[in-house]
Amino acid sequence: MNRFLLPLAAFALLLVVLIVGLKHAPQKDIIPSPLIGKSAPHFTLPNLLDEGHPVSDDALKGRWSLVNVWGTWCGECRAEHATLLQIKQEARVPIIGIDWRDQDADAKNWLTQLGDPYERVGTDHDGRVAIDWGVYGAPESFLIDPAGTVVYKHVGAMTPQVWQQEFLPRVGAAPAPAAPAPAGSGA
Amino acid sequence: MVIELGHYALILALLLAAAQAFFGLAGPVLRRERWLAAVPSAACGQFVFTALAVAVLVHAFIVNDFSVRYVAENSNSALPLFYRVTALWGAHEGSMLLWILVLALWTMAVVASMRRLPVEFAARALGVLGVISFGFLLFTLATSNPFARLNPAAPDGNDLNPVLQDPAFAIHPPILYMGYVGFSVGFAFACAAMLEGRRDQLWARWMRPWTVMAWAFLSCGIALGSWWAYYELGWGGFWFWDPVENASFMPWLIGTALIHSLAVTEKRGLFKSWTLLLAVTAFSLSLLGTFLVRSGVLVSVHSFAADPSRGIFILAFLVVMIGGALLLYAWRAPRMKSAAGFDLMSRESFLLFNNILLTIAAAVVFGGTLAPLIADTLGLGTLSVGPPYFNPSFLVPMLPLLALVPLGMHARWKRGGLGEAGRPLLIALAVAAVLALALAFGVYAHPLTLTPIGATLGIWIMFAALIDPLSRWRRRLPLPAGVLGMSIAHLGLGVFVLGITFVQSNTIERDIALKPGESAQIGSYTFRYLGGEDIEGPNYEGFRGTVGISRGGRAVTVLHPEKRRYWVQGTVQTTAAIAPGLNRDLLAALGEDVGAGAWSLRFQYRPLIRLIWLGALIMAIGGVTAVLGWRQRGLAPSDASTAIAPGGPLGAATGSPAGSRGGVS
Amino acid sequence: MTPRRRRLLWVLGILVGVAAAGGLALRAFQQNVMFYFDPSKIAAGEVKPGQRFRLGGMVEKGSVQRIPGTLEVRFVVTDFRHSVPVRYSNVLPDLFREGAGVVAHGRLDANGTFVADEVLAKHDEKYMPPEVARSLNQGASSRTQ
Repeated sequence: MNRFLLPLAAFALLLVVLIVGLKHAPQKDIIPSPLIGKSAPHFTLPNLLDEGHPVSDDALKGRWSLVNVWGTWCGECRAEHATLLQIKQEARVPIIGIDWRDQDADAKNWLTQLGDPYERVGTDHDGRVAIDWGVYGAPESFLIDPAGTVVYKHVGAMTPQVWQQEFLPRVGAAPAPAAPAPAGSGA
Repeated sequence: MVIELGHYALILALLLAAAQAFFGLAGPVLRRERWLAAVPSAACGQFVFTALAVAVLVHAFIVNDFSVRYVAENSNSALPLFYRVTALWGAHEGSMLLWILVLALWTMAVVASMRRLPVEFAARALGVLGVISFGFLLFTLATSNPFARLNPAAPDGNDLNPVLQDPAFAIHPPILYMGYVGFSVGFAFACAAMLEGRRDQLWARWMRPWTVMAWAFLSCGIALGSWWAYYELGWGGFWFWDPVENASFMPWLIGTALIHSLAVTEKRGLFKSWTLLLAVTAFSLSLLGTFLVRSGVLVSVHSFAADPSRGIFILAFLVVMIGGALLLYAWRAPRMKSAAGFDLMSRESFLLFNNILLTIAAAVVFGGTLAPLIADTLGLGTLSVGPPYFNPSFLVPMLPLLALVPLGMHARWKRGGLGEAGRPLLIALAVAAVLALALAFGVYAHPLTLTPIGATLGIWIMFAALIDPLSRWRRRLPLPAGVLGMSIAHLGLGVFVLGITFVQSNTIERDIALKPGESAQIGSYTFRYLGGEDIEGPNYEGFRGTVGISRGGRAVTVLHPEKRRYWVQGTVQTTAAIAPGLNRDLLAALGEDVGAGAWSLRFQYRPLIRLIWLGALIMAIGGVTAVLGWRQRGLAPSDASTAIAPGGPLGAATGSPAGSRGGVS
Repeated sequence: MTPRRRRLLWVLGILVGVAAAGGLALRAFQQNVMFYFDPSKIAAGEVKPGQRFRLGGMVEKGSVQRIPGTLEVRFVVTDFRHSVPVRYSNVLPDLFREGAGVVAHGRLDANGTFVADEVLAKHDEKYMPPEVARSLNQGASSRTQ
């Protein structure tokens, strides 16, 4: 064999290794959640816009809901905001916001300026609740079924594709109510 | 609007890069003069539009345009102006843009000195550079567009990662990129020589200054990165054998081998195919490094956010560029035979050893870096290798290499022998050994076995580097730039070796929990923790400790290590305090509040650590000196003109009178 | 020496050199390569006694305990199936926190406690080392089944 072909052969071998390595490389969404299949963690947080009524995990019971962890300091949250507003318009699944490590004034401003997609927003100033939820970074979104079980988790900005391909089918698997009626739709 | 302008400029740059590649590669084949003439224009255009795109993004950072996603994610209105500009290369998308700009700069440099080259050769080289530009522009536009908008715009940005808010970081990436992107010129010249099917070695003469220049930048860039990691990552390490570091170190090792083998090829017409392979490999390793850093296949402390889709793109690009070049090599290298012989003690054989040992060293690093991947491929489980593997394995080829440097520098070409340098070399070795032993056993106690050996080699190399310039100066002989550059670079190597020897064998490091007033003994220094206070900075809050250091009862210095918490991202950062000195560095870093009024602290004493970076800097200065000297003497142009055979540029012959010696008949 | 013999000598010399370097590097590699194990693999008895290895997983919530005034820290690393107690007595990295991924280097002691000599975390707090991500993923999915 031509010895000048050896470098090419070595490169081909290297390529195999690189391709396998690439296949095993972690996807963005691979960060797992031990919560999936389990009850959503208990929490009670001050309500951002309605001081008298704290936000707690009770809000997740008896209907499908989406828990969205966000903060005004987070660029991706801004990118997903329009999608969240669309989800609100669909009126199928209400969104519970957890405003993570944020200033209340900033958060209020944000909702006034960009629109408020949330049914209610709890403020998690010190990040305690986010730890319970296993939050790595904002934004993260959790799909909760009527029994209060975490069904799915998405890391990163919500997009219409993700919503339609990952979230809605899971909601659809259950007899879907036309409106987010608080009545138990059964899981 | 302005932002879209930047995006369009980048698209135009892409089209011009395609034109540059097409005309450059097809022109010489189809023998169209006008196509050849279009190549430099396309290259200039590509540069102008790339620069415009960069300017637009820098402008967006300066005016805090948070409607641009990249700006919103990597800047903040509270960020000082200087860092708003350098935030450009703070993350993946912008650093790709910097990569492309640096490549365009090198391309422009080639265009500017084109008249020294045969027209066809220059066109082909620019064509290859055009292919590289095209690939990276396409990659950036398709997978990592830095001009993507954020709708609606953010009121303020997410801030630059605090560890990147640093002056050394500001200049580290551009210089590093100047280095390993600079090897693209050598790569392009090698491809052009192979495409032309040249049999001579003139290309080596043309390639040499470019490669040495890129090598000098890379040396400087790696040293800066190491220095930055040393004080900014907070824990006092200067080299971690991390995949990202290795990604720039492997091209450096092969690049070092390349500049030495180029000397042989240029002067003696030997090692031609080997030199070509090194030129291809040096840049291939740069590309591979880019892949490893940006695809997420390897775990690293520095790597960019992983995104396998980018990995696939770069991988495809690797196949085209490296695969193409190696195919070309398999086809064309066999005709580049070298017939001349040389003796065992000749300069040629020392440089051959240099090449073999450096290649082994690169292979050691390569193996260690890719071991986790290879094990994964073979299903051997998840493993990792760290300094315990790299340090001893790397020494195996390095020790003989360093021992050969003083001899190789003075060995004569062809016939060999050290000539009149033999005696001074021997004296230098004796003096170096005495000094080294004095240092190892007198000044720095508790040496390792390797300490006196390393110190002897370091000092011997420094002395050996001075022999030639000194003897020429005494006899009032002229000192050619090449010799001067080589002497300076080897002097730097000696300084580096001396530094690393004592850093490795005499560093003292200790983690300890202390209450205010308590102290710890680090070597001959007493570190006393005197308490601390809460502090508040422009964009962070934190705790600042006070550590008094004394030696033999005399106060040496007071250090203020800090623990900072940056508001915007909520990240905690250790800011170590360092008392630098040419003879030693003292470092104190705060760990955390461990309760009962105590803080955990890390103290370090590192002797001669400054010599490591100083040595690398001197090496780089040596390289630049040689290149500037070659240019000033106008060596290249006169040689190039002799290369062009009568009958115009298109009829340029593949051989030349000067190169006939090494040619094959 | 004839050129042919000289050439042979060269090739031989180079071969010996390369073989020596390769052998030494391989030895260093074998002695110093560190395998990665998650708590489940440890529970399955895959770790040899005294073997130095990398442990990866998540720092269990509420498990971090300090002995006040000292460097001594104890915490529990879990992959959601099994857990391993860890002891460490050096300065922890900035990004070490409960509920976050962690990689530690060290050995198991006789009681099954992992004695770490190095604990690693990355600059980026959103980052998870891929092998840890894989362990946690397997752990999480096996639990839901």
